[in-house]
Amino acid sequence: MSNLILEVRDLTTKYVTRFMEDVYAVDHVSLKVEEGKSLGIAGESGCGKSTLALSLMGYYFPPLHYMSGEININGQNISGMKPDDVRKSILGTEISYIPQAAMNALNPTQKIIHFIEDVIKAHELYITKKDIYERARKLFETLGLPADVLQKYPVELSGGMKQRTVIATSVLLLPKVLIADEPSSALDVTSQKMVIKMLRQAMENGLIDSMIFITHELPLLKNVTDDIMVMYAGQIVEKGTAEETVFDPLHPYAKGLMGSIIVPEKGLRNVKLTAIPGVPPNLKNPPTGCRFAERCKFVKPECTTNSIALRDAGGGRAYRCILSKEELREAYAREAYKNAS
Amino acid sequence: MPAEKKPCLSGTALTKVFGFGSQKTVAVDHVDFNFYESEIVSIVGESGSGKTTLAKMLLGLISSTEGEIYFQGKKRDIRTQKKKQEYWRNIQAIFQDPFSSYNIFNKIDSVLLDCIRMRGGGRFSHDKKVELMTEACSFVNLKFAELTNKYPFELSGGQMQRLMIARIFLLKPKILLADEPTSMIDASSRATILDYLMKLRNETGMTTIFITHDIGLAYYVSDSIYIMEHGKFVESGSADKVILYPSQKYTQRLISDVPKIHEEWDLSTV
Repeated sequence: MSNLILEVRDLTTKYVTRFMEDVYAVDHVSLKVEEGKSLGIAGESGCGKSTLALSLMGYYFPPLHYMSGEININGQNISGMKPDDVRKSILGTEISYIPQAAMNALNPTQKIIHFIEDVIKAHELYITKKDIYERARKLFETLGLPADVLQKYPVELSGGMKQRTVIATSVLLLPKVLIADEPSSALDVTSQKMVIKMLRQAMENGLIDSMIFITHELPLLKNVTDDIMVMYAGQIVEKGTAEETVFDPLHPYAKGLMGSIIVPEKGLRNVKLTAIPGVPPNLKNPPTGCRFAERCKFVKPECTTNSIALRDAGGGRAYRCILSKEELREAYAREAYKNAS
Repeated sequence: MPAEKKPCLSGTALTKVFGFGSQKTVAVDHVDFNFYESEIVSIVGESGSGKTTLAKMLLGLISSTEGEIYFQGKKRDIRTQKKKQEYWRNIQAIFQDPFSSYNIFNKIDSVLLDCIRMRGGGRFSHDKKVELMTEACSFVNLKFAELTNKYPFELSGGQMQRLMIARIFLLKPKILLADEPTSMIDASSRATILDYLMKLRNETGMTTIFITHDIGLAYYVSDSIYIMEHGKFVESGSADKVILYPSQKYTQRLISDVPKIHEEWDLSTV
């Protein structure tokens, strides 16, 4: 058992709207990330993936509010800290965050090296420009980026290169955890591969200890991360290793997500893809009982009455459904048979 | 697929050059193509390979530097505004960003009402219009009664893109040009959009040109695939031939760039 880098217990955060309505976008989420491991978070848009990422940083600004739970990074509890303290001592050095449009952070009127200078000087006051350049060059070399990028303006770089530059900058202060929130979904497939390769290099070279990768593309998660967690309507509905979650999903929602994968493999054209009907529920007044009930094919009357707890499925797997593992597998087999005939 | 294939849209030595002198950029470089009737054609390439420039030329939004476009066997003539509008009755487009495709001040049904007016139904009775709109909405599995008093921001990206398809269903053009219609929406609603594109083709027999960078989507949806690299078509043919037996290095690279489920993803190639 390697040591835990990030441990989150029963984290609940909410948004407060203009009309003082509470929206619980992250609802009792617990997760663990070990050293050298990566965790993938999957789910549709509006399921609370990005809110979870923001909540994990401990950096709360209205309308986002912290409610309850614990966030431990390397044994240090950061859940009750003030945003100012978080910015000074946590962001960049303990946790680093890459949003989807990270490349927009670059200032079009300044060179890339200036951007990196700003980052380092915010944390280390007495450092010369020469040292900064040397450090940046070394970092870029480790990550396989050309060093002449440092002296260029953002307009001279392609989208993929800009994104990689910002990601490189975010691992500059050697954070323990890197949270990548859809870092590649605005890019084409080739640039996406370069970004993934760079993230993996950062992992292997010890620049980051662990990674949380958020995306809605499951083939990508299967190839990038060790574990996968599926979120739906603010709750975790399934967690397990990447292989198990992709090839043998337990929760009907996870099964539905797997059914809509499109990859250029032989036999794709003969498969009938099944998208999940409907949209995620509005979290202003979430449904009682199972939140997936109204879109679920295998719904039962008792699904909508009691709230459903996360069930242990053995081997570190867990899922949130009233049906047992065997019942679910049988239901899926029957469904597949019905589709085939 | 009909027994004899008639080309619906074809081009000979189509070229677009931006700038001149030392600043010259050849975006589309002498491409020849034949898009046959009631066929779904995919154009696949990296960003910067000239896919969108080609699309704009096909739509008549920008002029070509060289070469000709033939529409249903005749040379396309869009020199006057009237002829251009006539041409646009035959070709329609769905764009990448559904959020900017709508007028945010107008309600949803105004989008569909405009389409009915364009098809000459401006003087239809109210009931007839509602019937047409309900039919179009039910084609993409939306409920018109729920949409009628909504504004675009109240819909999700997938719903907006489905409504764009409903719009195409009302207009019934000869050609539909879909420029990355699935890249800004969820992976789980992607399959739905592609299924509706195929359903549209099956029911109305329109030629669909599908532009994408993800070769997996192209393989799922299309009958034939054109691979574009630096403004040129490097490989073309039926979808099965191009994906399962690719002959060009560039095609092989595009296929290997997409993360797969049953095969290991080789990261060493970039």
